Amino acid sequence: MMSAYEIPATDVLPQVEGYIYPNELNLLWGDLIVLYPYITGLVAGAFILASLVRVFKVKALEPTYRLALLTSLAFLLAAPLPLLFHLGHPERSLQVMITPHLSSPMAIFGFVYAWYLMAVLLLELWFDYRKDFVLWSRYTTGPKRWLYLIFTLGVTDISEESLKYDARLCNIVTIIGIPSAFLLHGYVGFIFGSVKANPWWGNVLMPIIFIFSAIVSGIALCLFLFMIISQARRLKMDMDCLDVTAKFLFYTLIIAAAIESLDWIHRLYEAEESIHIIKTLATGKLFVSIVVIQAFLGSAVPLVLLGLIQIFKKDIAARAREWIYFLSSVLILIGVLAMRWNVVIGGQLFSKSLRGFTTYKMELAMASHEGFTMSFALVLLILPFVILWVFLKLFMPVEEPGPKGEPLTRAETSA
Amino acid sequence: MITTRVIAVRIVIPPTNRTNKVKSSITRRKLISLTGKALAGFVSLATARKAKGAVRKFMVKTPAPKGYDPTKHKWLMAFDIEQCIGCGMCVQACELENKVPPGPTYFRTWIERYVIKRRKPGSSRARGETQVDSPSGGINGFPPTSVPREEILKSFYVPKLCNLCVDSPCVQACPVGATFDAPDGVVLVDPNYCIGCGFCIQACPYGCRFMHPETGTAEKCTLCYHRITRSLLPACVEVCPTEARIFGDLKNPVDDDPLMQFIEKNKVQTLKPHLGTSPRVLYAGMDKEVR
Repeated sequence: MMSAYEIPATDVLPQVEGYIYPNELNLLWGDLIVLYPYITGLVAGAFILASLVRVFKVKALEPTYRLALLTSLAFLLAAPLPLLFHLGHPERSLQVMITPHLSSPMAIFGFVYAWYLMAVLLLELWFDYRKDFVLWSRYTTGPKRWLYLIFTLGVTDISEESLKYDARLCNIVTIIGIPSAFLLHGYVGFIFGSVKANPWWGNVLMPIIFIFSAIVSGIALCLFLFMIISQARRLKMDMDCLDVTAKFLFYTLIIAAAIESLDWIHRLYEAEESIHIIKTLATGKLFVSIVVIQAFLGSAVPLVLLGLIQIFKKDIAARAREWIYFLSSVLILIGVLAMRWNVVIGGQLFSKSLRGFTTYKMELAMASHEGFTMSFALVLLILPFVILWVFLKLFMPVEEPGPKGEPLTRAETSA
Repeated sequence: MITTRVIAVRIVIPPTNRTNKVKSSITRRKLISLTGKALAGFVSLATARKAKGAVRKFMVKTPAPKGYDPTKHKWLMAFDIEQCIGCGMCVQACELENKVPPGPTYFRTWIERYVIKRRKPGSSRARGETQVDSPSGGINGFPPTSVPREEILKSFYVPKLCNLCVDSPCVQACPVGATFDAPDGVVLVDPNYCIGCGFCIQACPYGCRFMHPETGTAEKCTLCYHRITRSLLPACVEVCPTEARIFGDLKNPVDDDPLMQFIEKNKVQTLKPHLGTSPRVLYAGMDKEVR
């Protein structure tokens, strides 16, 4: 009896090596899911940088404070989109909020996201910006004025006392925000770390690895953006700020790299059932993205570069340091993206039977479904930068509007 | 003789500055009201649970006929590996019965062929390497293996389907509760509630689930729920020519129940028991190479 469907009797599928369960042939989670932890990580990381200023009073980082918060918000607004669009039924997404199944880490997403957006980021931004909103609404005209007026939410009291109150509340929000940022990204790590079916994911260190790689990528992004914006606005590069940001980047990179090395040492030493397939994966299909891009270019090279600057800071010219910072931040951003790729895609390349591999094919062409999501992923990666650009126009204008058209100095506007 | 000397140490506790005593804040009246509230809470919790059960009964659509009571059954499938000849009838029947999407990648049930080679002369290992394949899930049977006959130590077929776990990782992972453990032991997906995130598919250690390319929801073996709830056998069991698939209802064993006899006669194993999913599907005659 022949099957109802035309399937050749002896098909050896070209994309398979060894044996995989038949249902594992196509990867379920593609580049959209790679993007999701990447973007969320940038949100958490940028926020941690901002909290260095607010809670830990690192004065030199002050110029990055608002940029970091706005970056965090821009990326947070874009973060749920890749998740939403990868769903088989995006129109049912609200069910996660209405009827969450509490044993699922994914069900907590809505709550963590809403908490972080409403209780942390928007509140902190509002307390920080309230005085500026009031002043700007006085000195601008037209729709912008109305926008700023709406943003004041009707609270236009900018007496000394009320601003002090703002600052105090803002500090409290930031203190709550730090564990929230850890929660936001630690939970993303937990989604993968809790999958015991997959030895590449199911790992207690996963949330911690995610948190530290997030902090590293967020700081790198802010460093990168700060340099680009300073250049674009023809401002003098604030070397003090760059040096201190890079110092924090270096330290967090050490922690991130150490924890990831620990993960590998632990895996290799314990050498459980899955170690053979994982070793084959890392040295075969994932060699370029894990060894070359993630470990060497994304971690080792920036570690050496930033480390050398910590030691020989005085001997390296400011211009050279600038370039090194720029290069390091770009490398780290690419390295962390590669790390997300290795986790999400890498984790699906080998069979849960631990006997073989499948292949992930990326297609840029719009013709196929995969090609569509790939192009879409690119759009979603660019989107937060567009949102940030709008935020910068509105909330970090080159010339802050002041009385009689005279720009206010930063000292006057900062809360 | 060992003598023990106990050295008494006087611990001096410095006086605290606390002057006002903590007043006892619980009066009898408060205690009664608290107990009442706790009781009310408990009662309403039970009511809430009942309500949830009722909602599930009405809201969750299963292919079961009206009047079917899932609490009165406990379905189970078992496999006698020695009996399976890898003909692929079960996979075909499943595809036809359940309209499983075509292609080499969607299966509710499939068959794996294990070929264990002889050890090389002089080797210190007991057996040679194992080769596993499942061309198109074994739907058309199996072509002759590429391993030369004289190199084969033993070869056998292993049918696979949902392992009906007691502690199902797929149910645990579903963010909206669209997949659930039915009281009769079957793990079902409500296609009208599934959001298609795929987390359950990632969570299943046995590769038993897939994303339906047309409906965009998770799919899996339901033990032919529409059939078993009407006193019919699952399609795969119905067509199996060698009775390698044994099916039954643990709560309602019939005379000479094949499932009961199978359990009595054989030493049985489950797949990947170390993962703690407590799979219920039983295998007799399984080799250690089977994962």
